[in-house]
Amino acid sequence: MGTSEILNKFSPEYDNMLGILHALQDNNPYNFLDDSDLEAVAEYLNTTLSHVYGVATYYTMFSVKPRGKYIIRACNSPVCNMEGSISIIDELKKVLSVDLGETTKDRLFTLELTECLGQCDIAPVMMINGKIYGNLDKEKIGSIIQQYKSK
Amino acid sequence: MARGKRITLKNYGVIDPTSIDDYIAAGGYKAARKALSCKPVEIIDEMVKSSLRGRGGAGFSTGLKKKFTSEACLRCEQKYLVCNADEGEPGTFKDRIIMENDPHRLIEGMIIAAYAIGASKGFIYIRGEYYNSIRMLQEAIANASKKGFLCEDIFGSSFTTEIEIKLGAGSYLCGEELTLLESLEGKRGYPRIKPPFPAEKGLNGFPTLVNNVETLATIPAIIEYGAQWYNEIGTENSPGTKIFTVSGDVEKPGFFELELGVTLRELIYDFAGGIKDGKKLQAVLIGGAAGTFVDETVLDTPIGFDTLKEKGAVLGSGAVIVLGEDKSIPEVTGSILEFFKHESCGKCVPCRVGMTQLVNMIHKNNTLQKRKGSLLDELVAEADYMAKTSLCPLGQSPIIPLRSLQRYFADRF
Repeated sequence: MGTSEILNKFSPEYDNMLGILHALQDNNPYNFLDDSDLEAVAEYLNTTLSHVYGVATYYTMFSVKPRGKYIIRACNSPVCNMEGSISIIDELKKVLSVDLGETTKDRLFTLELTECLGQCDIAPVMMINGKIYGNLDKEKIGSIIQQYKSK
Repeated sequence: MARGKRITLKNYGVIDPTSIDDYIAAGGYKAARKALSCKPVEIIDEMVKSSLRGRGGAGFSTGLKKKFTSEACLRCEQKYLVCNADEGEPGTFKDRIIMENDPHRLIEGMIIAAYAIGASKGFIYIRGEYYNSIRMLQEAIANASKKGFLCEDIFGSSFTTEIEIKLGAGSYLCGEELTLLESLEGKRGYPRIKPPFPAEKGLNGFPTLVNNVETLATIPAIIEYGAQWYNEIGTENSPGTKIFTVSGDVEKPGFFELELGVTLRELIYDFAGGIKDGKKLQAVLIGGAAGTFVDETVLDTPIGFDTLKEKGAVLGSGAVIVLGEDKSIPEVTGSILEFFKHESCGKCVPCRVGMTQLVNMIHKNNTLQKRKGSLLDELVAEADYMAKTSLCPLGQSPIIPLRSLQRYFADRF
């Protein structure tokens, strides 16, 4: 879908800023907001580019850099941390050969941290795009990643 | 004996949450129909009488909040209702459970609240990562609109309202009501100076009532059965039920809706199955990251807003995080401070710099494995300074767990 087509689904009000940014980002194959998107939003909402850029870079779900097809959001909030999320995150880094915030060379995965995902009864937890994976241990990581690689 | 009572989660596992007909067959939308046949002021009176206190964490009187919003200005062209569904307090997932399993109860509560304050527009500000909840709410709103429950002249009255979902995008701070409004207005999530409170000047400058999901979902039952019925549940100062979410070192972590007045011992041992692997209990963190640590001396205190306060503890969002004997309290504290550091927006210098200071102080202590007797006092002094000089509840948060550690676990540092 084209940028203007997406913009036209929203009325041109500031209240729709986050909704528009979500929609544009979801439409991008690399899960990010590129410069032309941000400029189009500024023009559509009749505001400055710095306003839009400021919003896009404040919220952790938005990115202004290209990301992978699958975004892995690992939780390291207190409950997950207590249940061993550090070893899960280390395993993800090892399996994917990336650091936090980085994207794999094949542009399939981006590894990020997230705030508490509200799944503390099955901690430690991670989310891949919209899907939750709970009660994680190091052994499960490899096979979960493999599932996505072979999709 | 422990008291399990389902009011807000009455339909959990009983109805198909995607079916509005199921909800109606279970008595749904009866309360909204009843409310709209009364005067708004009668609804507000009933809410004040019910003594329902906000379930989001702060525990402010829901009835009074409504009263202030409804009386804010009589000739305002617009008033808003905002449902705070930006659940992000570590250890808390009660709102998600409500939205995924009984979304119409929230919508019904919103119709009643909107009518009480005279809001023609309602928003649900929900965190962007709650994909399932968002889907459930979208479907529920569409179905309620089809039935004519979110439109003009609802239930034959002259009242009109609609509900729109607004997505957050990953910011703990946006769960704070004024920051949430900034975010709703399409800005960075920076806190506002208060007063004015949202009841006076909220979204786009208009009077706005901001209520938590659990609070709004409790309203239909109060309207249906009356404030007196509600007052008989729970304790004198903290009536009603609360959804507790238990996580950490217990056999059966999960959510439990219980009458207030229940004890931590009942919650942990009778409902959550006791401590995992037969270990001993060391500490309970109540209320999430911005909550309080308590030890076993608080296990038999009936849980209520005031009873916990006497023990230097808070009920907060109802998160109950259990720490077994093998957990390191300084490490959990480090994780909490790390969390706050990440979520500090940077607007207030004492919070921005102070969070980093706190994290550095505790990590130095934890990694060197060298106990420094004065560490906790130093952390408290720094956090106290931050609390006094920061605008919003985030900068005022680290002092809450730290002070409770000073009271109950000073010997661990």
